[in-house]
Amino acid sequence: MKKLLSGNEALALGAYHAGVAVAAAYPGTPSTEILETIAQYDDVYAEWSTNEKVAMEVGLGAAYAGVRALVSLKQVGLNVASDPFVAAATTGIDGGMVVICAGDPGIHSSQNEQDNRHYAKLAKVPMLEPADSQEAYDLMAVAYDMSEEFDTPVLVYTTTRISHSKSLVEVNRDRATPSTQLGFKHDVQKYVMLPVHARIRHPMIEERLVKVAAYAETFPHNRVMWGERSLGVVTSGVAYQYAREVFAKASFLKLGMTYPLPRNLLREFADKVDRLMVVEELDPFLQENIQAMGIKAIGKEFIPRVGELNLRIVEEAARRAGFLGKPSQSQEIDLPEGLPRRPPLLCPGCPHTGLFFVLNTMGQRSKLLDSSGKAQGESKLVITGDIGCYTLATYPPLSAMDTTACMGASIGQALGMEKAGVGTKVVAVIGDSTFLHSGITGVVDGVYNNGQITIVILDNGTTAMTGHQDHPGTGISAQGKKTRAVELERLVQGIGVGDVKVVDAFDMKALRAAVRSSLDNPELSVIVVRGGCAVRLPARSEPRAVDVDKCDDCGICLRLGCPAIQKLDGQVYIDAALCVGDACTICEQLCPKKAIGSLPAVAKESK
Amino acid sequence: MNKQDLLMVGVGGQGIILASDILGEVALSAGYDVKKTDTLGMAQRGGSVLSHVRIASQVCSPLIKEGEVDMLVAFEKLEAARWDYFLRPGGLAIVNNHAMPPLSVSLGTARYPTDEEVGNILRRQTNRICFTNGTGKAAELGDVRTLNMFMLGCISPFLAIDVELWKDCISQRMPSRILQINIAAFDLGRKETSNVNFG
Repeated sequence: MKKLLSGNEALALGAYHAGVAVAAAYPGTPSTEILETIAQYDDVYAEWSTNEKVAMEVGLGAAYAGVRALVSLKQVGLNVASDPFVAAATTGIDGGMVVICAGDPGIHSSQNEQDNRHYAKLAKVPMLEPADSQEAYDLMAVAYDMSEEFDTPVLVYTTTRISHSKSLVEVNRDRATPSTQLGFKHDVQKYVMLPVHARIRHPMIEERLVKVAAYAETFPHNRVMWGERSLGVVTSGVAYQYAREVFAKASFLKLGMTYPLPRNLLREFADKVDRLMVVEELDPFLQENIQAMGIKAIGKEFIPRVGELNLRIVEEAARRAGFLGKPSQSQEIDLPEGLPRRPPLLCPGCPHTGLFFVLNTMGQRSKLLDSSGKAQGESKLVITGDIGCYTLATYPPLSAMDTTACMGASIGQALGMEKAGVGTKVVAVIGDSTFLHSGITGVVDGVYNNGQITIVILDNGTTAMTGHQDHPGTGISAQGKKTRAVELERLVQGIGVGDVKVVDAFDMKALRAAVRSSLDNPELSVIVVRGGCAVRLPARSEPRAVDVDKCDDCGICLRLGCPAIQKLDGQVYIDAALCVGDACTICEQLCPKKAIGSLPAVAKESK
Repeated sequence: MNKQDLLMVGVGGQGIILASDILGEVALSAGYDVKKTDTLGMAQRGGSVLSHVRIASQVCSPLIKEGEVDMLVAFEKLEAARWDYFLRPGGLAIVNNHAMPPLSVSLGTARYPTDEEVGNILRRQTNRICFTNGTGKAAELGDVRTLNMFMLGCISPFLAIDVELWKDCISQRMPSRILQINIAAFDLGRKETSNVNFG
């Protein structure tokens, strides 16, 4: 039976049917749904790990114990997990271990654009690349068999456009019986990487790579499709789908395994075509490896190495390379000009809005940035930021974030700025899930090295931006089971922070007082701002409304940047379908004319 | 039915992803190959959302090429204008006649386009434009969130797929307590465009 599955759903189902027993991940777009899908099966142990490094170690431990393990993460997650990833490649495994890494070409939801295929080469592990959901499903079974046959973790590389596209999958397998030969087999030479043992492993890894390369020559998912011989296209992943449409008549070598490459197959293919073009997203990973074999190949001379590909970009590249003629006139249309952009915003009722409004006003930041993001003045506060929904507070009107680098960086950066001697107080802002991921060690550093910064932990009780996953602070596991919750305030107190305050995210007076008192404290302080994510509110109450008779159009409410507060044709109003009502009320608390109240009250008064 | 490339656009929170999911399921159950993919920003709510749905005997790229969309389905007017350049010449535009001003408009740093401007942008590509008051009709039904099923109803007469297949797929995705009102919204949308005349 055919099913319409996203790439991520297909990867998870493929892993499940391959008999995976343990799965670990930290949420990250576009990889999140892989673990969410596999967590639905009771006969798999699935966890949200504290971060990707821990997830990789959990996966590796499970593989050492003889079961099939799955680790899934996004491209920058593999940066975090790179240490145990290379360790896994070094020791090898017992039960099969597959690491699914989802890249984000085009930077839909990441802090940078990087081509993670290089990690396969760095760690010397085989890499498979599905081109649609069917291949995602099929390749997972192959990946586990390869992992066990060659004693190596296998990297499965996907991208946003594979992970988040739905296509048809013929589900033709049942769940394989998980290994019954459980138990850890003691082998210090294999598993204890003392230098003397690691020196033995390295030549074994090189031999392994030679064996996998030989296997790649007959790998069934490296497919040659003959067309006209004037052009041969070598491609993989979603780039194959674009190339297939653009070069409809060309010959294709579609690679399912992109590391190591099948040298003989490539040479044979290249010999039979006039010109060889590599179509790939981001870096010339395939192209350079093919060129290193002495095979002439074009590609990145015409195809951009920046951003996500699409049909138009590949078509334009084909034109520049001389494979296609000019487009017909009717295909050319200008982009409409002058339309207002619609960037993502903090939601109506977001528990982060109040805190950022306070930081904005206290830091006198409302006119800090012009529309191009360039500084137009000096702020009284430097605010180092982190990764989560709250990064959106960078945009006007809140304009309350000065840095965002990578997960957990806000605290270390704030300490560095303070130690460098910036003249103003430095505030680090970090979400609860990100804090647990990699903010804790920053606090330890601050306590140990006499930091004088203020750390704000925005605790909305979930990992919101990736779609509301639980984390160690919620006390609920990835499979919905009750566990022990890590308490943030006790955690930072235990580290040794003396000034720890917990504040209601929707109490504007309390927020202002807490920030003021922390800024005045010369020692390191932590403010936990607590309020549930608005998207997960169990029920909405009466929305707020603006009493037009009392409103003097001062515009303070608009400076919250709340999407429910809108102004069209000169009148401020609150979109009743968007406002969350009693759970928030920060606009009502701010309004100097008391013109905002619950909708029935305002309606009654204005009659 | 030959190939159909549909682009559904609107604002995060309008239920576009669910609608395009259901459209994909409908195409699958009618025996077509189908691919669908969404592009949305990083927030849960409030940003521009695009959903590409490609239906044919065989589909390669999940993304539709600019200038080749057969049907632009816009849940919001400004978004219709923004993504109009994806539409092929003579393609069909179904537009919910509803404005959601972005924050820059509320803050007074940008201007929301007039109906005439939106119309002019759309008419560069096609005269087959169908404005409909979907948000109003959904509100009259009792739940503005049924807009997405209303818009699916608007699409349905233009795809040669049995109406019962549509309803089956909606039933499979909707909790029973809100099924009836969503089917009603679908029927209302289908009626809206069934006899539309583009003059």
